[in-house]
Amino acid sequence: MNSIAVRCQNLSKAYGGVQAVRHLSLTIPTGQILALLGPSGCGKTTTLRLIAGFERPDAGRVEIGEQVMVESGVFIPPEKRQVGMVFQNYALFPHLSLADNVAYGLGRNENRPARVREVLAMVGLSDLGARMPHELSGGQQQRVALARALAPRPKVLLLDEPFSGLDVGLREQVRADVARILRQSGATVLFVTHNQEEALLMSDQMVVMNDGQVEQGGTPEDVFGAPATRFVAEFMGKTDFLSGRVTADGLLTEMGLLSQRLALPIGAPVEIAVRPDDVRFIPDVDGSARIVARYFQGVLNLYSARLPSGRLVHSYQAHTLTLAPGASVRAIIDPGHSLVCFDEHAGRVEVV
Amino acid sequence: MQMAEATRFESGTPKPWLSRWSTLALWGVVALLVSTLLLPTAYLIIRAMSAGSDAWQNLFRLRTLETVGRTVWLAFSVTVTSAMVAVPLAWLTARTDLPLRRMWAVVTPLPLVIPSYVGAYLFASAFGPRGLLQQWLEESFGITRLPDIYGFPGALIVLTLLSYPYVLLSVRATLSGMDPALEEASRSLGQSPLTTFRRVTLPLLRPALGAGGLLVALYVLRDFGAVAIMRYDTFTRVIYIAYRSFDRSQAALLALVLVALTLIFLALETRLHQRGRYFQSGVGAARPPTLVRLGPWRWPALAFCGGVVGVSLVLPAGLLVYWLLRGLNAGEIIPALSQATWNSVLASGLGAMTIVLTALPVAFLVVRRPGRITRLLERLTYSTFALPGIVVALALVFFGVNHAPWLYQTLPLLLIAYGLLFLPQAVGAVRASLLQIHPSFEEAARSLGRRPAQVFLTITLPLLRPGLISAASLVFLTVMKELPATLILAPLGFKTLATALWSAVSEAFFAQAAAPALLLVLLSSLPMTFFILREQRVDS
Repeated sequence: MNSIAVRCQNLSKAYGGVQAVRHLSLTIPTGQILALLGPSGCGKTTTLRLIAGFERPDAGRVEIGEQVMVESGVFIPPEKRQVGMVFQNYALFPHLSLADNVAYGLGRNENRPARVREVLAMVGLSDLGARMPHELSGGQQQRVALARALAPRPKVLLLDEPFSGLDVGLREQVRADVARILRQSGATVLFVTHNQEEALLMSDQMVVMNDGQVEQGGTPEDVFGAPATRFVAEFMGKTDFLSGRVTADGLLTEMGLLSQRLALPIGAPVEIAVRPDDVRFIPDVDGSARIVARYFQGVLNLYSARLPSGRLVHSYQAHTLTLAPGASVRAIIDPGHSLVCFDEHAGRVEVV
Repeated sequence: MQMAEATRFESGTPKPWLSRWSTLALWGVVALLVSTLLLPTAYLIIRAMSAGSDAWQNLFRLRTLETVGRTVWLAFSVTVTSAMVAVPLAWLTARTDLPLRRMWAVVTPLPLVIPSYVGAYLFASAFGPRGLLQQWLEESFGITRLPDIYGFPGALIVLTLLSYPYVLLSVRATLSGMDPALEEASRSLGQSPLTTFRRVTLPLLRPALGAGGLLVALYVLRDFGAVAIMRYDTFTRVIYIAYRSFDRSQAALLALVLVALTLIFLALETRLHQRGRYFQSGVGAARPPTLVRLGPWRWPALAFCGGVVGVSLVLPAGLLVYWLLRGLNAGEIIPALSQATWNSVLASGLGAMTIVLTALPVAFLVVRRPGRITRLLERLTYSTFALPGIVVALALVFFGVNHAPWLYQTLPLLLIAYGLLFLPQAVGAVRASLLQIHPSFEEAARSLGRRPAQVFLTITLPLLRPGLISAASLVFLTVMKELPATLILAPLGFKTLATALWSAVSEAFFAQAAAPALLLVLLSSLPMTFFILREQRVDS
């Protein structure tokens, strides 16, 4: 049975006239990794800072481990919250060695050297305790920041865009390392990112935010497979939208008939989300779609083509299939699963 | 041919982009400059070597040691008291919700615009033997004697109030540039705000404190005006007295000791500067720091800020106005002030022009032709920082009297002194704006078929113009405030605002000194206002 490590209820926070977070609620079960995903400026970092205690919410409530941290009239300062934080730029104390950085948060009663050794070993930096922060690479600094935050055994670990400071080549390795360390430590984790790939890869649960509000929460598979809103569908990866109409036989689109039934009356207009792997382009001189561009990605070709209506759709094709821009193709939908549809109000329509 | 050309470019050897002639001319200027720069120290050394044995014996007497002790002790004390005033001010104006914080931030560094002798004069005019406080006490209570403010206490108070802004500015820059995540990290690791300040903030402030503190110490070492008026015998005053009593070899020896002392402090400063670099870390500060809520503490905080500003700024301004009005009432007004103003403007204008024109080739070589020789040249330029005004003046007096009587007590010799004193400042300013101009502009012009001289005139110079103008105005105002060299080297009868003020204060004609003092303060405030406004803009 899972207890709840963090519970936010109805959090709101405005800066000046700008509403950064509005009526946000989320819970993190103990021992789980939750990704808070959204475009920059959506309020995800503010949410993190509200939980850590660096900002005071205008309204709402934060509980950590069943204990109220913030409510009207209650405010527990950050140092009393037992929250570990890994900052975007790591914020290692430049005047302290790695070991001293890691020991910084440990109490007097603790056997400090032993805990420092233990945590440094966990992040694979046992030999570097005497080094100064500026003598480390970006990936190593990242791991020290993680070790420092984990050392006092926080009730929840917060990570703010943990991989954005690393260059692409390094990122994948560090990401794998960090995921392993987090699993090993058994910590409850909330991490903020704008990279959906990162969120899918590392989290047990994810929450997609937009404009200060939660758009959707759930397992990575749920959110990716069944986006609740058009925004989520677009944000979770390359998505094009086709307009269609409900008929007795299915959905009629300009790329043909989709045998999919919706809980909508016949004649109702819908928008259908298609991803590049749902679409195929077949070279055909009589085809009505025209290739616009090719993005060669090595293993695959990503093509975009313009439909007669003017809409663009993308498609993954084998790297052996070369189509020149301007070539005529027949564009067909071939999903092999039902596609997500939205009604006029951008709300998802259930499949019957 | 073409192949060879191409290879040279690819191998990345520096492209000779000045023609041979302009290079030669440039180096000519530099050679002249180097000999002028070396002149004062060289001459002082020669002079000291030829000093009689009794001068050497004098030097090694207890009196010299006492002077060293007094000077170092004053520098140390002023540095400590400045830090005690400046650190709380910096923290309050950078990191808290102090009421009217922006206003305090602008006002607190302003005492920097008061020349030390003006500050000392106003202090003496208020608390000295014939000063306001004593007059008032005598009229009201018949008290005729006050504790003596001359000597150490007066010098300490005046110099602290004038130089604490050096520490304030450097500490505040660090405080507001510091990544707030560092302090937040400490809080999230369970440390209270106070522990966080002690274990994280203060260690990170150490380089700024050191740098600001050394600036204060250097200010005290070089200062002549305040210690002279406060009659505290540090090196500059002792040298001046020796010079006035025609004990010139003694003066030269003492000057050399002062130079050595200054060099030690400068060396410390550079060391600290280099170490400070390690302390910058991280990917850059992302967000401005959250302000600390003072709560009820804001009242003592306000009182502190108000007290410092009151004593260091409002009181002097009030005194200045008071003495001015009193002088006007008594009809004692401003003899020959217009002549002194004109002389000041003339000397400062000529000084600014020659200094910036000299600084231009130096800065140009340093930036565009980096190498061992140019680095040496740059160091040499900055090394004149180690020469206090009184030392330069002395060296040039000796040189003029013995080898160039036709130069002695002429405006050109005074200008050379100004050059020696303020060239580093000008080179620094020009160098900074030259660094802003990417060489690719010049390379683009060359690739479009312009010759180097044309490139310089059509591209570099126009881009550099704002930098040159600001360097010139900076030098202009610094020269106008300069006292000891002007006092010693000015042509006979050539009175400037600074020397007019000096002679009035020496005779305790406080009302007469008010008008030149006010003019000097107003003029010095111009670049400071500009500087603070810019800092504020960066801040917000």
